[in-house]
Amino acid sequence: MNPTDPIAIDRRMAIKWLFAAASSLTLMDKLHAGDEAPLPQFEAGGYGLDSNLLKTYKPGEVWPLILTPTQRRATIALCDIIIPADNHSPSASSVGVQDFINEWVSAPYSWVGSPNSNHAEAKDVILYGLDWIDSESKRRFGASFADLISSQQHAICDDICYTATAKPEFKKAATFFSKFRNLTAGGFYTTPVGMKDIGYVGNIPLASFDGPPPEVLKKLGLA
Amino acid sequence: MPIITASKTQPSYDVIVVGSGAAGGQTAYTLTMEGAKVLMLEAGRSYDPVRETPMFNTPDQAPLRGSNTPDKYFGYYDSTVSGGWDIPGEPYTSASNEIEKQFWWWRARMLGGRSNHWGRISLRNGNYDFKPKSRDGLGFDWPLNYEDVAPYYDKVEMLIGVYGTNEGLENTPNSSPGVLLPAPKLRANELLAQKHAKKIGVPVIPIHRAVLSTKQDADNVPQKLHPKNAKAQRILAQAMRERSACFWATDCGRGCSIKANYQSTTVHLPPALATGNLDIVTNAMVREVSLDDNGKATGVICIDKTTGTLHHFKARVIVLAPSSAESVRILLNSKSARFPQGVANSSGLVGKYIMDTVGGGLGGQVPLLESLPLHNEDGAGGSHAYVPWWLYQEQKAGKLDFPRGYHIEFGGGRMMPNSNTATNIDRFTQGSYGKEFKADARRYYGSMVGFAGRGEMIPNDDSFCELDPTVKDKWGTPVLKFHWKWSDYELKQVEHMQRTFTAILESMGGKASRPVAPGIKNIEPGGKIIHEVGGTIMGTTARNSVTNQWGQTWDVKNLFITDGGPFVSNADKNPTLTIMALAWRASDYILGELSRGNI
Repeated sequence: MNPTDPIAIDRRMAIKWLFAAASSLTLMDKLHAGDEAPLPQFEAGGYGLDSNLLKTYKPGEVWPLILTPTQRRATIALCDIIIPADNHSPSASSVGVQDFINEWVSAPYSWVGSPNSNHAEAKDVILYGLDWIDSESKRRFGASFADLISSQQHAICDDICYTATAKPEFKKAATFFSKFRNLTAGGFYTTPVGMKDIGYVGNIPLASFDGPPPEVLKKLGLA
Repeated sequence: MPIITASKTQPSYDVIVVGSGAAGGQTAYTLTMEGAKVLMLEAGRSYDPVRETPMFNTPDQAPLRGSNTPDKYFGYYDSTVSGGWDIPGEPYTSASNEIEKQFWWWRARMLGGRSNHWGRISLRNGNYDFKPKSRDGLGFDWPLNYEDVAPYYDKVEMLIGVYGTNEGLENTPNSSPGVLLPAPKLRANELLAQKHAKKIGVPVIPIHRAVLSTKQDADNVPQKLHPKNAKAQRILAQAMRERSACFWATDCGRGCSIKANYQSTTVHLPPALATGNLDIVTNAMVREVSLDDNGKATGVICIDKTTGTLHHFKARVIVLAPSSAESVRILLNSKSARFPQGVANSSGLVGKYIMDTVGGGLGGQVPLLESLPLHNEDGAGGSHAYVPWWLYQEQKAGKLDFPRGYHIEFGGGRMMPNSNTATNIDRFTQGSYGKEFKADARRYYGSMVGFAGRGEMIPNDDSFCELDPTVKDKWGTPVLKFHWKWSDYELKQVEHMQRTFTAILESMGGKASRPVAPGIKNIEPGGKIIHEVGGTIMGTTARNSVTNQWGQTWDVKNLFITDGGPFVSNADKNPTLTIMALAWRASDYILGELSRGNI
């Protein structure tokens, strides 16, 4: 890197900041050693610093989506295992959470959500898991995850739904499931039906703000 | 807004104001309302919150559900456009490869600057805060007292509209009667913290924020702010009537299309423009201050960022208000035979003693807040309560292992879900999924409370900025190189913060999400809180400071700095209100000196 090239300096600094609070000492050490090779490119391909904030975006509009049809089928099935329809709200896939996950996996950024995260690694966890769950389904039941009956799907998910108690052979898949559940929840509860389900009743203009209603104060011992 | 191009500017102005944020906005407001002809130069693009604010947009309408990304560090709907920690073509460098010795520099390249994104927390410095060295021997005293600034705090609060209460607590000044707007009712988590933190001696009180909880009194406030100036009164009354009261929805960080909160673009600039005395040129990046043979400032040289051409704008007085570090950069880049080390730098102190706020955080979960009956907690788009620093007496008695204080900002509740909602709750749910997970999500939503300490850093010799000897921006102007170091004072403070947060959470029947971390692990990076001040400190002599108490540089009488640069300490009180109060005070002084023919 030419140190007098301001754009290159930008990239270098940007990458340093990405790891400002990261636990990955290995990566930081590489940076400090002046090893330029592993540095990802500076944030090209995103929506940039000055995109239209008023527009409604659809996944795939700003960067291309990368999930294969097979991965997409597994994504839809998993979304609905994690957030199925109940008497409060419809399922995650019925409001397009799979498209958000596809958009997320395909994002060109070095981090998403938290600067402490490493998007390339997080994305690999998701892609690994989507492939793993189909292989595991075929191994156990002879069909892709999306084609299993509910009890078969649950048999697999029960083994990987909690990282703290997952057996050693399922630890990696459990890490995937945990991350996938986060994405499904984040994708679902940010939609109008998800907001209603979880009990968010704001984002409407009010003439006055009256504080918590009496039943809330009572429950909290503040009445 | 009537923004003009460089070719339409006048041959000369009374005053050039560099920057359009809280400092530049206040400076231009005061000067133009009193009749001075002002040219404002903004390095970013024009920006109109009335048209551009995504008020009711929901995360599902944004890329990645509005998640934070390198392009939008504070989330997709943060009002900051064309800016951030890193701006292509406008680098800055760090003297150290060690993360904890680096400084983050947030720049909003847009009209109104960082005032658009600002948290609107408006706390006054108290008596102690202007004389810190006299109290504990550390850092510097200011060359002015609280009493010098108090009338200007009143004026700024009346102008921008600040809600809150007067609690009469130590070093937490009251506003004059009638100045503050009513404080909003506290939310459930704020009330719960108030009740229980009291048991451990921590006072939770209504915060002061620049949000109109009611319409301003357009019939009376203008004559208080501009006595004997009928035109200014008329213009301000009109501007106040065009601002709506808060409608208790949408996050202030998005900006406010109904002008209910303060941002320079909706509060300072519209009346200033209505006077007919203000011209604004955007995308105008000031490179240096020009001087005549006698060492008097004649104007500024700036780059039109859209074309790369240079312009020379002229005025009788130059005011720098582009942010404290950008002011340093402009001064150091203004080199001449007379000022080989940069203009206004005979003391050698330009760039020295830069400060940020000490930031530490910890959150937790409070079972009492689970499964609350549905209710709307949006409120004023930011906090309604906070904890002012409360341990003055313990500190005085030597019971604490760090100097100076911190206040506590906290939040939680049933806010608009974002991409983190119902994530990472395995430890409560034992990994539930399916209908059980949906029930868990309802139960735990709104039960998390996050605490952030905002503390005072002691200025030190190892925290400064200078020109990088080799790196230039895309227009060939040398950039800043930052040096940064936290001392044990700050690290110990951050540990104390976390112990306090843990105790408050436990008093509420909750539990912190993790144990207290060592200060160096928990402290936010320098600059990250975006309370960047210092670098052109004010003082009593040309040897010990860059400016006098009015931000007037000792070396060049008609060159002033009204951003945070002249701060000699950075009290835990967020700096913006003080920047505005001092900018108004400096502007009054400039008007007086102009009329007296002294500058």
